[in-house]
Parts: sequence; structure tokens; C-alpha cells
Amino acid sequence: MLLISCPNCGPRDETEFHYGGQAHVAYPENPDALTDRQWAEYLFYRDNTKGAFAERWVHSTGCRQWFNMLRDTVSYDIQAIYKMGEPRPDANTTAATTSEGATK
Amino acid sequence: MSADHLPEHPDFLWRNPEPKSSYDAVIVGGGGHGLATAYFLAKNHGMTNIAVLEKGWLAGGNMARNTTIIRSNYLWDESAAIYEHALKLWEILPEELEYDFLFSQRGVMNLAHTLGDVRESVRRVGANKLNGVDAEWLDPQQVKELCPILNISDNIRYPVMGATYQPRAGIAKHDHVAWAFARKCDELGVDIIQNCEVTGFLKDGNRVVGVQTNQGTIHTEKVGLAAAGHSSVLAEMAGFRLPIQSHPLQALVSELHEPVHPTVVMSNHVHVYVSQAHKGELVMGAGVDSYNGYGQRGSFHVIEHQMAAGVELFPIFARAHVLRTWGGIVDTTMDASPIIGTTPVENMFVNCGWGTGGFKGTPAAGLTFAHTIATGTPHELNKPFSLERFETGALIDEHGAAAVAH
Repeated sequence: MLLISCPNCGPRDETEFHYGGQAHVAYPENPDALTDRQWAEYLFYRDNTKGAFAERWVHSTGCRQWFNMLRDTVSYDIQAIYKMGEPRPDANTTAATTSEGATK
Repeated sequence: MSADHLPEHPDFLWRNPEPKSSYDAVIVGGGGHGLATAYFLAKNHGMTNIAVLEKGWLAGGNMARNTTIIRSNYLWDESAAIYEHALKLWEILPEELEYDFLFSQRGVMNLAHTLGDVRESVRRVGANKLNGVDAEWLDPQQVKELCPILNISDNIRYPVMGATYQPRAGIAKHDHVAWAFARKCDELGVDIIQNCEVTGFLKDGNRVVGVQTNQGTIHTEKVGLAAAGHSSVLAEMAGFRLPIQSHPLQALVSELHEPVHPTVVMSNHVHVYVSQAHKGELVMGAGVDSYNGYGQRGSFHVIEHQMAAGVELFPIFARAHVLRTWGGIVDTTMDASPIIGTTPVENMFVNCGWGTGGFKGTPAAGLTFAHTIATGTPHELNKPFSLERFETGALIDEHGAAAVAH
């Protein structure tokens, strides 16, 4: 089980959270201008990264707030937790600090 | 064919050749699907100068990690057609491959625990019958008669309100299935190359012309990807994307017990599926872990949840012990249906997205994928399962029949 540090509530068990998939996928600005291919990309295509992956989680049974997480999809190590709207921390920099426990 | 005893461990059934510098076709992934594809390429299309590349050991991925359930009771016409074709192939393959892989047609029950479940299940039984798939609706008493160890009491959190039942469904010995295909492939001249990891693709414009591996470069005219959870990684190397997400899917076995469980019981609602293997272990599976993962392991609470459901449904299991748990990486799609077809890269084909249910589809995946690779166009059975359906919107929503939440 993952131990996830909610930015508002602190470290809690994974069972308190729900997963929201890839982070930083913006709703298209002009959906009606998209081709079928582009709409399919928005609806059905997500990165399926092996390695550092930016994803969304929500603390469903706590503060009920969404946040972003940078997590390694092989080791499952949580490399960074950051607020919605903040840019993804540079994966390389984060990876370098992981061994020192970059989890906030 | 007997399903009562296990044969002795066999001698080596295939060669371990060095890769040649070129092949007519290369299959990436030496699991059930890759091996079945190679078998049908050789048998149905006369393509014997081909290789199966496996990054680990033969059938050591999801083929070694699934719960071996075989059934074809899917809702939609497209799915019923391909899964039922697979089931018909399962029925003749032991003879064709000259290998008794213990296909035991002991039936599969899909339990209903809510009014919604009941409606969906009865509808699916009707749809199955129209598609020539054997299916029945059982009331709780009939469920109890077929599987006496099931608790059909009203006093549990989600009482059993009935079940769909497919008598021709069952289980098979997964590693024997892989060995059966591998031996036949080898006899037909297919090179099975283990410990051979693909690291890149050679392209001439938009056409694939070769595969780079840790054992050197292999030139080929055609490439078929059959790498399940790692399909996205290969697609990225080749320069295109797939609409799949890789998740850990966990399963477990108990110690050996006397035969107590006569059939296969699955419950979509409380999330457990149970059968008893030929040796006597209780084999149980769960739903997928929610997060994306390539780690071949998941979180413990998922197992805890499935065990709780298992023990409530089967009180007799309360004193059994978990002997071992494991995880595989499943490639899930948004409509819980597989993708078998062409890709944006010329002469590269993909078979993926089988998610939590790939084992049962093995023979049909092999047959249709081989046809697609050999002829460049899909077989009638896999035409609806193209990558294009995510653009056209012709999705095949099998979340109900896939039996495990994706």
C-alpha cells in the first residue's frame, strides 16, 4: 500500500485516496475545432509512462482536495507531491533527489 | 483427455537458437498470444521463417500470472464472436497441438448481487443465446446445487441473487498451454529466442524494416507486437501511441486442498473470482490496482478486499492460508476490449489491450493476429477491434462482461 502525503492532511494510507490518471491534460480550448483524431487523443489517449509519471490523486476520505504527484511507475516511489495548477517538477532533478527522500 | 492428474515435467520442448540476421516476420513477446500467433502464421499462412522474441523467459509474464479462466459469455456480437471462436479452438487444440494441457470444462458462474446485476446478467444470457454461446440464468437454489460450498444466505452484505452460467467454460493449465504452442512452433521451424529484449526499431520512412535487440539487430519485413502491459513502451519506440493504460493485477493461491470447488465462480460486484487448480490450490483473483504500474506487484489492501469477499461467499475458505500472491501488468483500454490490427507504422501490427482477460482469448488472438500480419488486413473476427475505433467511436463496451473493473 502506498503511503501518500496529502498536502493538506499529511501522510495517509492509499485507501483514503482515489486515482485520477495522468496530470496536466487540459480540456481543449476549442473542442468543436478538433478533428476526430484530436478528439480521440483527448478522450482516450493518455501517456502510459514506464518511469516518472505525473498523475492526479484526490484525498476522497480526507480533505477531498485534488493534487498532483510525480511517481515512478516501476518502483512506485513517490518523487514529489505538488498542487493542482503548479507545473510538473523537472523529472530529472526530482529523480536525483529521490534517494534523499524527496517525498514531502 | 483427462483433467484428473498432472503429467510428469517434460523435457525441453523447443530449441534455444541464436537469432538469425533476418526473418520474414518477428513477433515481439513470447507469451501465449505471441506463441499462438507464431503457430498460426506457420500453420495457416506457411510463414515459418519467423521468430518470437521474449525479453525474459518463455511465458513468464502474464501467461504465468493469470487465473486461467476460459469463457466466452461476452455481451456484444463482436466480442461473442471472437471469444466464442477462441473457446471452440480451446476445445480442439489439445488434439491439434498433441498436448493435453488439462482444459477442464467445469463451467463458469458469474454471480449477481444487486437488482442491476440481475438485469444486466439476464440480458447478457439472452444476448449470448442469440450468438450461439451456451448460457443459462440460475436462481440462488440452482447456484447452490451446482456449487454447494457457496453461501447463498440472505444474511451477507451482498447476497447471491442468481448467476449466469456457461457450462462449456472452464480452466486450463496455463504453462502447459504455452509449452504446447512453443513445441509446435519449434517443430514448424519458428525460432523462439528468450532473453532477447527489443530496444528499438529500424524504419525506412514510415515502414518498419528491423528490430534492435540486446542480441543484435534483426532485419524483418513485418513486426507483430504482442507484449501486453509493455505495449505502450514498444509503441513509443516505434513512434506512435496506444490508448491503453498499464495496471497491476493481482492474484493469489492457497495451499493444496482436497477437491471442494467443482466449478469457477466469478463476482463482478464483490470483486473476486475463484477456482480450484488441478493440484488443489484455490486460485483467486482481484480487480486491478487503481494506479498505473509496471512493477508486477500491487497494494495489499486489494488482496485483503478480495479475500474478505472470498471468505464471505465461501465460508469454508476461512481457514485456508494464502500461499503466495503476485501481480501481472495488464494493458487496459477504455472500452475493456482488445486492439488487434494495423498501426500507424507500415508493416507493424499490434495485439494488445486484452486487459484482465487475455488468457481466454489466446487462440483467437493468435489466429486473427497471424491473419492480420500475413495478409496485411484484419480477419473478419478482429475487424471491429481496430485502433481506429477510438476515432470513429465504434467502441465495444464490455465492462459488464469483462468481469473485473478496469
